[in-house]
Amino acid sequence: MAIHGGSSVSPVTDQNPQVLPPSAKIRWQNAKISRIDHNTPRVSSFWFRPAAPFDFKAGQHVDVRLTAPDGYRAQRSYSIASAPETHEEVELTIERLDDGEVSPFFHEVARVGDEIELRGPLGGHFIWSVEDGGPLLLIGGGSGVVPLVSMLRHRKAQGSKVPALLFYSARVWDEVIFRDELLAMHDARDGFELAFSITRESPRRPVDFSRRLDMPIVAELLRRLPANPKVAFICGSNAFVEAAAQGLIDAGMPATLIKTERFGV
Amino acid sequence: MVTRGFLGRHRGADEAARLPPGQHLTSDFPVLSAGPTPRVSTQSWAFTLKDGPRPIARWSWDEFNSLPQTKLTRDIHCVTTWSKFDTNWEGVLIDDLLEAAGVELSTAFTLAHSFDGYSTNVPLADLVGGRAMVALRYEGQPISPEHGGPARLLVPHLYFWKSAKWVNGLQFTTRDEAGFWELRGYHMYGDPWREQRFSGD
Repeated sequence: MAIHGGSSVSPVTDQNPQVLPPSAKIRWQNAKISRIDHNTPRVSSFWFRPAAPFDFKAGQHVDVRLTAPDGYRAQRSYSIASAPETHEEVELTIERLDDGEVSPFFHEVARVGDEIELRGPLGGHFIWSVEDGGPLLLIGGGSGVVPLVSMLRHRKAQGSKVPALLFYSARVWDEVIFRDELLAMHDARDGFELAFSITRESPRRPVDFSRRLDMPIVAELLRRLPANPKVAFICGSNAFVEAAAQGLIDAGMPATLIKTERFGV
Repeated sequence: MVTRGFLGRHRGADEAARLPPGQHLTSDFPVLSAGPTPRVSTQSWAFTLKDGPRPIARWSWDEFNSLPQTKLTRDIHCVTTWSKFDTNWEGVLIDDLLEAAGVELSTAFTLAHSFDGYSTNVPLADLVGGRAMVALRYEGQPISPEHGGPARLLVPHLYFWKSAKWVNGLQFTTRDEAGFWELRGYHMYGDPWREQRFSGD
């Protein structure tokens, strides 16, 4: 999950902004929950089958809205986890927030067969396609990994060999979302490097870390790529994103190549 | 369509009346930015007023701080659906800025510009009449870099992406020109009460 956003923003850096025609209207539609996967104790993936499937780019999100019998509505944005190639369904990976209003509904009430209103695709900044090239540096904290996983699934589905590295920070090993899938991707040795940082446990693999992102980690990540990153995507809590972005800047990466997405509420 | 099993939170009458459709109340102040936070020093800070490509007025940080300062208390609404009530801001009303510049301005449209290259379009009518300011303080303190300091635009009656962080200029344009998010699918005007989140809403 990543509630992405727009409350006043930053760099105008896209090489190719995804300019939409002013008339493009993204309509609300019903989507049926076709499957629910329990990823970790606090995170589940909900697969939606929209009445009118839509094309999207890896990194984009959808808006979901829930309507109460009295007409009250709650609306949230969720990043798409699935690859754009999985066209008929979209996977939204939602972390349960204890003080939330929408995420507890999904975790406690929603079930397969329910119809939910959503619309998408939304967001034209935090997106990547294999044609955009690399090396690609992905940095995710917690459920901030979701849009980055969509990018990696897209890369794999396209058979791309674009060099890519994911640094994924989680508190404990059992909270690593899509862990087995990412490990399998790494085992393919097709130019994808994977580094977990498990901040409250010891590292499980020699390539992993067990602390918050710092300058030595940034330097080591850059060493593991064959060339300087063409673009970096960072997603997570604000504190995580701030630290990671500043780390890349301190390592000499131009701010214009760094795209960020931060959790809202 | 009523969602099976969804009741929603109980909300008081005041909250219900003040929340635009699709919004929910937060007591936090979430940070949402498309890139790294720029660190802008007040020594190098300047604000430029432009008519098309032509600069017509420019203020340093000290000059800007000596312009008339006004306080505004407003509800703010982010397009990502959080709203925050009674936020307190202090800064220079656009009305006072235009008066200080002492220029006759005729175009109906503006683009606000920021240090990091961000831009957003706001009609002039939405900036004047005490409706908008360049804010220098939030809750009595200098605005932190994450929230757009040293100075951010404040146009509280529109979705908050219009309140550009790290603002360093206002440009009058002859046409309504799309800014950063408006080029990426967001609405040209952004009225929360009409739920103008995305292009076509």
